[in-house]
Amino acid sequence: MSIRHGLLALLTQGPRYGYQLRVEFEASTGATWPLNIGQVYTTLSRMERDGLVAPGEQDDQGRVVYAITDEGRSELSRWFGTPIAQADRPRDELVIKLAMAVTAPGVEVRQVVQAQRSATMRTLQSLTRAKRAEPGTAQRLVLDSMIFQAEAEQRWLDHCESVLAATSPSAPPPAGAPSSPARPSRTAHSSQE
Amino acid sequence: MTDLSAETADEPVISLTKVSRVHGSGAAAVEALKGVSLDVAAGELVAVMGPSGSGKSTLLNLAGGLDRPTSGRVVVEGADVGALPPKRLAEMRRRHVGYVFQDLNLIPSLTAVENVMLPRELDGVRTGRARSEASHALAEMGVAEVAGRFPDEISGGQRQRVAIARAMVGVRRVLLADEPTGALDTPAGDDVIQALRARADSGSAVLLVTHEPRYAAWADRVVFLRDGEIADSAAAQASV
Repeated sequence: MSIRHGLLALLTQGPRYGYQLRVEFEASTGATWPLNIGQVYTTLSRMERDGLVAPGEQDDQGRVVYAITDEGRSELSRWFGTPIAQADRPRDELVIKLAMAVTAPGVEVRQVVQAQRSATMRTLQSLTRAKRAEPGTAQRLVLDSMIFQAEAEQRWLDHCESVLAATSPSAPPPAGAPSSPARPSRTAHSSQE
Repeated sequence: MTDLSAETADEPVISLTKVSRVHGSGAAAVEALKGVSLDVAAGELVAVMGPSGSGKSTLLNLAGGLDRPTSGRVVVEGADVGALPPKRLAEMRRRHVGYVFQDLNLIPSLTAVENVMLPRELDGVRTGRARSEASHALAEMGVAEVAGRFPDEISGGQRQRVAIARAMVGVRRVLLADEPTGALDTPAGDDVIQALRARADSGSAVLLVTHEPRYAAWADRVVFLRDGEIADSAAAQASV
């Protein structure tokens, strides 16, 4: 997440104090990425070094107002104009966990999937609750993005389950057949040999 | 005032205790539900999710008295569904339970308000009163303006809202919805889920079957069915 570009974007509305930037950043993103004030000042001083922002005079309370420079503006428009590369995003631990659960012997993959499904649903429920509180547009779009991601994860988990059911040697018994309490674990050896 | 805390919740409106349902018999017997227990309180929206064949529709039909359990107990508004004679069961359904399905079954030759009036007129309520109740139900669903129009003159989302108004008209506080957002685009689907949420917030017990996580997330509780059993459930965190 680029704090630097977020702060530059806020500064296009006019000069701001560090504290103001923090408050406005969190208001736009719905406190999804809480910033500490230290991060704000560190980022501002680096941007000052790089010529993207310029500090003004200190006021009588010792606060400094920062303004965006022309260079800062062109950096910002370059950022808005450049799509995010997939490779810039962090690796998804869940994907790795599922792949490992399928590979390692003796893991109840279905339980791993279901535990994640319930957890993601709880996340989706709290995001939905936050959205029902009718936030502002920027915040709402941030929430929407997280809702779509959680939804995509639920879909993917459903998909994992149906792929596993189709490739497993011990497919689930048809509805109505007596269910054994100890289900054999689903591992991925079926497709190997 | 929508205090949904456990202290104020009295008896659940819908209560399933160790409910099983077997279709067919002998070698062909299929156990669609296996010992499922589930309560839905007044003011609560509960979503049921699960792959097809997991028993979702069976659960919904049992909760609405459209079907009877093979074993276990289903109590709806204090009435033991398994023990009611057929006539009383039909009466219980008509009085207390509203249904919303994916295919809305609005009657095309009746206007929106006439569609909503219909169940009350079948109850023997006079036309004037049925009309005012229906108008109220339509207004509550935010579709008062389409009262005089025919189903094919309004949007899919509006039709679904009319169907919900029809399901809730009168004093019914049990609302069962089976994929009510199924055929709708996103904004219309959002309207429908908001309407169901609003019904729950105003004191109904709502049981919703959906395959869409985004709609299930509006529920207070999400129940995951698998092979006729509850695999897990997710409760929303307490509101702040």
